[in-house]
Amino acid sequence: MEFFNVLIQLLDATIRVSVPLLLACLAGLYSERAGVFDIGLEGKMLAGAFAGAAFAAVTGSAWLGLGCAITVSVLMALVHGFASITHRGNQIVSGVAINFIAAGSTIILGQAWFRQGGRTPALSGPARFEAITLPGADAIRDVPILGPIYSVLISGDSILVYIAFAMVPFTWWVLFRTRFGLRLRAVGENPAAVDTAGISVAWLRYRAVICTGVLTGIAGAYLSVAQNAGFVKDMTAGKGFIALAALIFAKWRPVPAMFACLLFGFLEAASIRFQGQAWPLIGKVPVQFMQALPYVLTVVLLAGFVGKAIPPRAGGVPYVKER
Amino acid sequence: MADAAIELIGINKSFGAVHANRDIHLEIPRGTIHGIIGENGAGKSTLMSILYGFYQADSGEIKVGGKPTVIHTPNRAIQVGIGMVHQHFMLVPNFTVLENVILGAEGEPLLNASIAKARGELARLEREYGLEVDPDAIVEELPVGLQQRVEILKALYRGADILILDEPTGVLTPAEADHLFRILKQLKDQGKTVVLITHKLREIMAITDNVTVMRQGTVVATRETKKTTVEELAEMMVGRRVLLRVHKDEGKPSEVKLSVRNLTVKDSRGVIMVDNVSFDVRAGEIVGIAGVAGNGQSELLEAISGIRRAESGTVELDGRPILVTGDADPGELRDRGLAHVPEDRHHVGLVLAFEENENSILGYHDQEKYLKGVFLDIGTIIKDARDKIEKYDIRPTNPRLKTANFSGGNQQKIVLAREMEQDPGVLIIGQPTRGVDVGAIEFIHRRLIEMRDRSKAVLLVSVELDEVRSLSDRILVMFAGRIVGERGPDASEGELGLLMAGVDRKEAAE
Amino acid sequence: MSVPYAKLPRWVDYGLIPLINLIVAFVVAGFVVLLVGENPLRAAGILFEGAFGSGQNIAYTLFYATNFIFTGLAVAVAFHCGLFNIGGEGQAYIAGLGVSVVALSFDSVLPWWLTFPLAILGAAAVGALWALIPAYLQAKRGSHIVITTIMFNFIAASIMVYLLVDVLKPLAQQAPQTRDFLEGAQLPKLNGIFEALGMSVRSSPLNISFLLALVMAYLVWLLIWRTKLGYEMRTMGHSSKAARYAGIGEARIIVITMMISGALAGMMALNPLMGDQHRMALDFVAGAGFVGIAVALMGRSHPAGIIPAAILFGMLYQGGAELSFEMPNISRDMIVIIQGLVILFAGALEHMFRPAIQTLFATLSPSTVGVPVAGGKGA
Repeated sequence: MEFFNVLIQLLDATIRVSVPLLLACLAGLYSERAGVFDIGLEGKMLAGAFAGAAFAAVTGSAWLGLGCAITVSVLMALVHGFASITHRGNQIVSGVAINFIAAGSTIILGQAWFRQGGRTPALSGPARFEAITLPGADAIRDVPILGPIYSVLISGDSILVYIAFAMVPFTWWVLFRTRFGLRLRAVGENPAAVDTAGISVAWLRYRAVICTGVLTGIAGAYLSVAQNAGFVKDMTAGKGFIALAALIFAKWRPVPAMFACLLFGFLEAASIRFQGQAWPLIGKVPVQFMQALPYVLTVVLLAGFVGKAIPPRAGGVPYVKER
Repeated sequence: MADAAIELIGINKSFGAVHANRDIHLEIPRGTIHGIIGENGAGKSTLMSILYGFYQADSGEIKVGGKPTVIHTPNRAIQVGIGMVHQHFMLVPNFTVLENVILGAEGEPLLNASIAKARGELARLEREYGLEVDPDAIVEELPVGLQQRVEILKALYRGADILILDEPTGVLTPAEADHLFRILKQLKDQGKTVVLITHKLREIMAITDNVTVMRQGTVVATRETKKTTVEELAEMMVGRRVLLRVHKDEGKPSEVKLSVRNLTVKDSRGVIMVDNVSFDVRAGEIVGIAGVAGNGQSELLEAISGIRRAESGTVELDGRPILVTGDADPGELRDRGLAHVPEDRHHVGLVLAFEENENSILGYHDQEKYLKGVFLDIGTIIKDARDKIEKYDIRPTNPRLKTANFSGGNQQKIVLAREMEQDPGVLIIGQPTRGVDVGAIEFIHRRLIEMRDRSKAVLLVSVELDEVRSLSDRILVMFAGRIVGERGPDASEGELGLLMAGVDRKEAAE
Repeated sequence: MSVPYAKLPRWVDYGLIPLINLIVAFVVAGFVVLLVGENPLRAAGILFEGAFGSGQNIAYTLFYATNFIFTGLAVAVAFHCGLFNIGGEGQAYIAGLGVSVVALSFDSVLPWWLTFPLAILGAAAVGALWALIPAYLQAKRGSHIVITTIMFNFIAASIMVYLLVDVLKPLAQQAPQTRDFLEGAQLPKLNGIFEALGMSVRSSPLNISFLLALVMAYLVWLLIWRTKLGYEMRTMGHSSKAARYAGIGEARIIVITMMISGALAGMMALNPLMGDQHRMALDFVAGAGFVGIAVALMGRSHPAGIIPAAILFGMLYQGGAELSFEMPNISRDMIVIIQGLVILFAGALEHMFRPAIQTLFATLSPSTVGVPVAGGKGA
């Protein structure tokens, strides 16, 4: 019974940790499937987190904060798009630049505007996305097995969590059941085929990049307006890169991406839970080992030892009309 | 007369100094199969690109179905019923056939409805035109012949009335090519108009109703296929050009330096480009390989020089084998006396960003004379470069100038100087005078004869028939990956032209 | 079909355009300063004064520049071979291990001038090794080197934190760092030079690893442009087809290049560890690996450009520290923003201003850009 409780708590923590990963991962999916490499997920998420918390603090509304987060992320995504698509610049360099600009700006602006050492004012009440208790959660709570699963795991999360998980089937549907998704996947594999079919490669890629901006904005807002009660400097702490790793690990597919993010989230939650303690069966594991595990797993995958991870064929290559 | 499906009036197109299409007048009657034949550089592809909206003509008019039409994008071309089947397929490899066909013509934002409708339409098209292919098959898993059907279906799905096919049989086996012709005939029977761009006379004679011959950007003539012969077409295709005949003595070939046996090479798509080819090259002779580009000559050179892996066969240099079916080392081949002037001088033979002297040692940069320990002996390299510049009359004469600043002819001289001055036993050279001005051409030709006179073995590949006839002691004609004939240098243009276009003398006599 | 890069005179390519990119980056940064409520011009003044206003300040500027010269050279070497080494941060961090092991082993036994060369070898070896795995994976298995080096940055950080917290930390200490290095592993400072020039330096961390950095810059130049290996690297970087034609083994070149790159990044560790702090603490790299990217881009991957670019960023770091005193709203993080903007304009958008400049030159002085004067024939 004790084990079960621990498990439930661990899974609950996993969900909370995985949400920003999942959103950022899906964000990257749109971009990369369209052939635009994006290692600037981290920066966009951070900028979104700051913008969201700042605006929520000023307006007192979490939803307005979310809107601002999305707007700022989309703007940064458009900068990346401008450099990569219109100017055919090096997409890696552009992503690195965005990360730096976001990192520096969030701290400077945060300090200048709020004077709290880089954080935004603490959010409360309607300025924050609170946990939602689903109907019947309290009643079922004491029912063995099912009770905790419903009342702790499924209920009791903020709305952004539900949105995040809903994004998985939604993304799947967009990619595989809509015209836009078909074209998006095509342009990441063979942009010439799309071009000769009379579709604008650039506009398609811009739309993909905007989708990325929207999702990273939500990811950022989740961090600062839902999970935490405000922005703290460097609060993304590498999540954008773990999300990228998860994306590769999932071979650029939405549902495996969810599982990859849950896996990586689980690793992080477990490492926090068991820090300094002996694991069942394994004994003491240094917390840094757990932290490094997602990255190690990704490298192992990339090395082709666990199947080949083949990225979209046209990824990272600017499209030049070859005539 | 009945409305022509397409009428081109006075079309002109230039790219910088290259006048690709000169005052083209062309009429393609509705419901016919119309062939357009010509060598590379004749201007066929440019003309079709204008028709399909990739390029805009500098001047002239296009009429579709009798109505003047401006085609500024492929979308517009599709709208007026022109569909193009490209030489290099425009397909998404990991999509299904169905997905590829509907891409861009989905009809609705949500796919489910479009796919259901497309399935039905596709099945109908397949039946009607004999273009059977499994709609749920993944394109990259299909053989090339079936992939081409998908390309055709794409055009038909969009309601193309006029179908342009650009060199469609290059990637097909003879059986697949025959099947394609049956499909084209069926299309014609259904009232479609087909434009077939090719350099293969056999195809023209087999299925076209009319044929237009293009040469050097102009239309030479248009004939009704029934009323012409392969000889007449070949002569019009190849034409009479100013002959740059270099004086050469009788050759004195001696021992075999390069021996190729049963060489088979596939390209990156898995299509056989060199098909069981065998020949020898002796010291003191120039063997010239004639043929229209794309018949395997490039792959042949790449395999012998170690750049591309061959499928099977053997190559021997001075009696000792070269590893062609594995990871060859071009450096080792150079050490053994094989020099290679590649067809693509810009991306393979030279590094344009390098200074001239740096390019003059490319491939030989690990020779002791150019090194002082681990360091490059700049002094020696520059002096060596200067010597070559003088000997080969390369201009400008500054070995420190960036190679991109040299003209095409001089760039070619840099490569030649480099390869020839290493005094190789065997020199293989592709397109030696492509993009080279007339003065340099003569110079290069004389140098090649010189090599042969010094008992070197030279293997020459060129799409310029004059060049091959002028330089070679023996001429091998390559068509569809095979050597289809060997002739002496006094073979006539017509005869060689026929071979180059895939016609067997015996066949043509029928 | 279109020619993207018509000829421009060399000084424009290497001098004017990078300068314009830099100015634009600063102008945009100026907007951020305005957003924060401060005067950009005054900020610029303080920045400059803080960096070069006194012997002390110059020494600090050069101290920071030392780090960036190493990491800039590392990125540049890889660029010449067509590779993007983002792993400098991790390579430098883990090379600290090589430095520390040597320092802790020999600091009571050997004088600094014997420990130093050993430490250089240690740093270079460990840095090279850390770059080896991503290099090998790219060469032999086609794994994208950018992703693997990013991953390796994080793995390096995890390893180092673990080692510092659990292994290398002396038991009696709280802070996660090694014990202090003794004299045998302390590098001499360069204050003497400044005093000889009549400038006063109270204390500064500028040490002889700065001279090592300059030596390495020269050696890198020698390598890239004067050795056979460098020739092969450049060939591969310009055209892998030409490299294949020339008989240059692709896998071999990639691995060697990345190892040299990793070694250079690793040497960065010498500066803070043996030259200044005399111990190894958490995150002593502090982003230098990423600054190296900006430095290499600005310096066009040439040592003669990298050194000034590194000094520029050193100026930003040192001046930035002064700036954060005088204008509390602008902290060191402003530098991070400028860094990002420089990377953006000198890297991803580097050709943004080219067409305008080309047109300008074509109008003002057609001959310099190869525009034929009337009557010229086409090629």
